[in-house]
Amino acid sequence: MTETSVTSRPLRRRIRALSDRTIAWLFVAPTIFLLLAVNIFPLIWTIRLSFTDFRANRPNRPVEWVGLENYRRILTDPDIWNTMQVTAHFLVWTITLQVLIGFTLAWLINRKFKGNDLWTTIIVLPMMLSPAVVGNFWTFFYQPQIGLFNYVVSFFSGVDPSSFSMIGSVNLAPWAIIIVDTWMWSPFVMLICLAGLRSIPDYIYEAAEIDRASKWRQFWTITIPMVLPFLMLAVLFRGIENFKMFDLVVQLTGGGPGSTTELASINLKREAFEKWRTGYSSAFAVILFVTVFGLASIYVKALNKVKDR
Amino acid sequence: MTGSITEPSARQKTVAGSLVILYAIITILPLVWILMTGFKTGPDSISYPPKVFFQPSMEGYVNLFTSRTRATPEQLATLPAPENFADQIARDRGMIITGPSKFGERFLNSVIIGFGSTFLSIFLGTLSAYAFSRFKIPLKDDLLFFILSTRMMPPIAVAIPIFLMYRTLGLSDTHLGMILLYTAVNISLAVWLLKGFIDEIPREYEEAALIDGYSRFQAFVKVVLPQAATGIASTAIFCLIFAWNEYAFAVLLTSGTAQTAPPFIPTIIGVGGLDWPAVAAGATIFLLPIMIFTILLRKHLLRGITFGAVRK
Repeated sequence: MTETSVTSRPLRRRIRALSDRTIAWLFVAPTIFLLLAVNIFPLIWTIRLSFTDFRANRPNRPVEWVGLENYRRILTDPDIWNTMQVTAHFLVWTITLQVLIGFTLAWLINRKFKGNDLWTTIIVLPMMLSPAVVGNFWTFFYQPQIGLFNYVVSFFSGVDPSSFSMIGSVNLAPWAIIIVDTWMWSPFVMLICLAGLRSIPDYIYEAAEIDRASKWRQFWTITIPMVLPFLMLAVLFRGIENFKMFDLVVQLTGGGPGSTTELASINLKREAFEKWRTGYSSAFAVILFVTVFGLASIYVKALNKVKDR
Repeated sequence: MTGSITEPSARQKTVAGSLVILYAIITILPLVWILMTGFKTGPDSISYPPKVFFQPSMEGYVNLFTSRTRATPEQLATLPAPENFADQIARDRGMIITGPSKFGERFLNSVIIGFGSTFLSIFLGTLSAYAFSRFKIPLKDDLLFFILSTRMMPPIAVAIPIFLMYRTLGLSDTHLGMILLYTAVNISLAVWLLKGFIDEIPREYEEAALIDGYSRFQAFVKVVLPQAATGIASTAIFCLIFAWNEYAFAVLLTSGTAQTAPPFIPTIIGVGGLDWPAVAAGATIFLLPIMIFTILLRKHLLRGITFGAVRK
């Protein structure tokens, strides 16, 4: 750096500016390159495959260009509509339950009782764990007769523990996956709500007290509106994650019994890696991606409106 | 502000505290049960009613780490005395240990791939985050959104071409392939989190260093990095947890050499589907490091989760 002191001021600045720009690109380029290679290139490939009848288990077979045929078949396939219904049921219930439980917990923890951070951490533990391993050991809890879950239910309700099977019954299996997902992810909603609650300055409540607003009124006119943007963000994250849900449910029920818990990703995996209908499943993957992206964009617009209010 | 009118009353605190503690106990129960099941014998693990008190046994752990074969009592009688407690346990069940199981290898794969991809994500992520935080980059907001949007993709949606691509490049079932893949998934989060942390470091520190004759790169290494250390550490934990827990890509792209523990653990159950103590032992060994991490580093972790939300 000794020579820079010799050069004139504007030139020195120019050298520095130039090297800043080089550094900027050197620093950003590897990330962009990696994302292009491992995310964007495969995505474009998926889109290309979706117009063909390619089968990945027979790479040497001549590939036919089928145009929109795959898309037409997907939109008229009753299996796909069943999958979308199962996914919607799962999404609506997990999000509803997680918002209720998560918000309530955050609201209680915000009373700042003694030792609240340790208990918060314990509540958070399930969401840190591997969903596949969690799903696997919950099949153990759901065993009729010997399972812990069935035992606890029968202990409190008096129902015979071997009389019902959470993952074997067509009516109960959709709830079995909702219960585990809620157990695992309510803490996430809780943490985000807690951040929201903690961001509300005390003076707003103090002003409301001076105006003699009831606690009930304060809750609905201060707490809820102030936490709402945070809550909506938590719902966005959970929505995206659960739309993609695969690992937990595949280990828990494998999509069964029948196809009562066959979520979109599980159906996709079956089409792509068991039936090897690569072209068809690529088209379904594109439809799913566009759906997530579209819904998320609309939602983000709504979220920004709420935030601006 | 202490003792202000908005401070919750003592009674409120007690009620809220008890409800939260009750929920915490219910939520932790399945995890405690897994821990206990790992130390039960086969019959104890599936007894009705479920056993809370039992004679602890290392059988689950022995079964987890070894492969065994059944032997007749006559065969057993001809063998020399058991060398260690594992031998003893196996023989009590009429089995002979034939060698180590694959669990050790799978666990090691998880460690290699987890730490490898975390290191790479943090290395690349810190560089990009610094550039995004400090320099004028054309289309900066678009690039940042692009980086984030790659996280919205369902893994299975890109798994098909990645599967084909890896097959062509010879990256299927390799450590390198999995490390690159997990890095690509983690880097979006890493860039966003780290940019937040680096934004918080006052620019004046670097400017002072630049005036003192440091080059931009030296200022980055000697001034910015030490300041961002806490942020880097908590981001690293998130990346590690993701890579450690990932299942969808692992089950599709690995089968042998590079298979990680999550796709392996469910297969421990064995013939007849009854060896729950071994599964529980595997789950315990796999999940315990994460639980301990979470409890020890709770301040940084909890901040990291809410960071994105608070920031935007």
